[in-house]
Amino acid sequence: MQQVFNGLVSGSFYALLALGLAVIFGMLGVVNFAHGAFYMLGAFGAYILLTEAGVNFWLALVLVPLALGLFGVILERLLIRRLADLDPLYNFLLTFGLTLILQDLLKREYGVQSQPYPPPISATLDLGLFEYPAYQVFVLGCSIVVCLAVWFVLSRTRVGMIVRAATERPELTRAFGIDVGRWVTPVFGFGVALAGLAGVLAAPMRAVNPLMGADLIITVFAVVVIGGLGSTFGSVLAGFLIGVVGSLGNLYVPALSQTLVFILMAAVLLWRPAGLFGREEALT
Amino acid sequence: MGVSRTAALAAGIAVVAAGCGGGPGGGDEKISNGKITLAVLNDQSGVYADLSGKNSVTAVTMAIEDFKAEHGDKAVAKEIDVVTADHQNKPDVANSKAQELYDRQQADIILDVPTSSAALAVAGQAKAKKKLYINVGAATTELTGAQCNKYTFHWAYDTYMLANGTGTTVTAEGAKDWYIVYPDYAFGQDMEKSFTAAISKAGGKVLAKDPTPFPNDNFSTFLLKAPGMNPKPAVLGTMQAGGDLVNLVKQYNEFKLRDKGVDLAVGLMFITDIHSLGVAAFEGTKFTDAWYWNESPENRAWADKFKQRTGARPTFAHAANYSAAMQYLQAVQRAGTDDSDAVVKTLENHAFEDVFAKNGKVRAEDHRMIHDVYLAQVKAKSEVTEEWDYEKIIKTIPAAEAFKPLAENTCKF
Repeated sequence: MQQVFNGLVSGSFYALLALGLAVIFGMLGVVNFAHGAFYMLGAFGAYILLTEAGVNFWLALVLVPLALGLFGVILERLLIRRLADLDPLYNFLLTFGLTLILQDLLKREYGVQSQPYPPPISATLDLGLFEYPAYQVFVLGCSIVVCLAVWFVLSRTRVGMIVRAATERPELTRAFGIDVGRWVTPVFGFGVALAGLAGVLAAPMRAVNPLMGADLIITVFAVVVIGGLGSTFGSVLAGFLIGVVGSLGNLYVPALSQTLVFILMAAVLLWRPAGLFGREEALT
Repeated sequence: MGVSRTAALAAGIAVVAAGCGGGPGGGDEKISNGKITLAVLNDQSGVYADLSGKNSVTAVTMAIEDFKAEHGDKAVAKEIDVVTADHQNKPDVANSKAQELYDRQQADIILDVPTSSAALAVAGQAKAKKKLYINVGAATTELTGAQCNKYTFHWAYDTYMLANGTGTTVTAEGAKDWYIVYPDYAFGQDMEKSFTAAISKAGGKVLAKDPTPFPNDNFSTFLLKAPGMNPKPAVLGTMQAGGDLVNLVKQYNEFKLRDKGVDLAVGLMFITDIHSLGVAAFEGTKFTDAWYWNESPENRAWADKFKQRTGARPTFAHAANYSAAMQYLQAVQRAGTDDSDAVVKTLENHAFEDVFAKNGKVRAEDHRMIHDVYLAQVKAKSEVTEEWDYEKIIKTIPAAEAFKPLAENTCKF
């Protein structure tokens, strides 16, 4: 039970990151390799705000995603857009390059050592069955709320309808006279903001260093593939699933626990080539 | 290239001139290609870049300057220079870089080389090329054990010394029951074995040990398990390093294990780790340190010079690189040549003191440099008086007891 809970906390990060990746992929067709770097920027954003301006964690939780969202908007306008009509591989390489640049810029400034970030809540919560750090419970709650909110926006609002339509059938949506291009930039910015949010949430409980996103992004890609490329619901669910699988793996088969994600990915792909919640035609 | 060719040519002329009985030899005829080249091969951009990296190069440069200041600019050779390469912590890269340094850059010695697998790869090259190699940054006892060779020396620390220091002392102080978590790769497995041996020798018991994935950002699985075990372990021994160590300690604090009666002992820790997490996160943690910058006025004076150039206080690895470079240069001076075999001979059994090594001695049998090491405890935040002032030295472990006894060693040259 405790381990499942651990897994859900890990899964919170996967879910937030995978959600961002999924909407970006769905809308732009961009496999955003820089997502891990944006996550890292989120954590560093919180750290820099704290040390340079004394801004506390709660404020950073709002400010950093906003700033990163803006950063994402600029990136999309300035760079991503220019390659949108080419083979997706170009944007993949672009975001890969961006990752290296961002990592190295921060390495130059802060080195590879982790930076200190004090926990905003240090109490533990009695959850009946066991005691758990309150902060981690907060992370889980935060992630669930955000995912639900995104789901609500996507499924119940007009904006969400357009985004979903544009994700699934961009040409057809255009044919209905909807300006799909107008939504591309904000969606990218939003995806980046989600990564930033995950980064801020990670700062108090994980090592804040320029490489923190690099290790994570591979797993998150696997999560998105398992969930079904472009499927937001699938990505979130797969995020939590992988969190739990990883946590149980840590306990029962430590040697395998990191490979487990990829074994699962391979199994899912064999069984459902489009992922758990993906549609086959999305592949073509 | 042009410069070294000219230098080589000049040296060639000098040798010929000396051979003909003309001109003052100046001692240079004994120095291959007229200069001494020290190579620093380490991690310049990855996880170990801060604890060794470029600052190790600075430390070696400082050694050369101090050597020249003491013995004159042309003491052993007209020129002493430093070259560096980044091995990215990969054994295959380390192997080819070492080859390049020895062959093309004409390095007389390679220094530092963190990451055990990379360190062993370089030892292979040193043996093949018959060139010197003083390892500073890596932890494996294999360098002076089964995989030892005549040209390889090990300077600062190793897994035996860490386990012997921390495992033995903490157990002897009453924390008999241990729970060990270690990253599942060569270093972690090595550390786990060394710790388990040291703990049981000291009368303690390892209740459980768990390998963890590497790298890993969620240690909750193990942190939740610890206080629930029956009997409950008195101390959690972590063999994690770098970013993983930071993750684990952050989460150890979140789960409030210390309040639940499970203390923390860290297998390998550098002062940069404490600096990065903040002293409060580590308060009270015991670990073995090979050297501490603020332990004596002499150390401090050197650390001040180091800080002027780098902006940071030195880790023990930085000080040990300084020491290794200095001892090498002095050995060349004593031998009167940079010929590898002659230098090895003067280094063997050499006893010395320098800013890094107290009661230092290079064992001839396995080329382990033994010296006094320290059991350190991280200060409470209220005791810290300046930046980087994080450690209390609570015990000095004499050189003779600090390292693996020769009787247990398997090294055969």
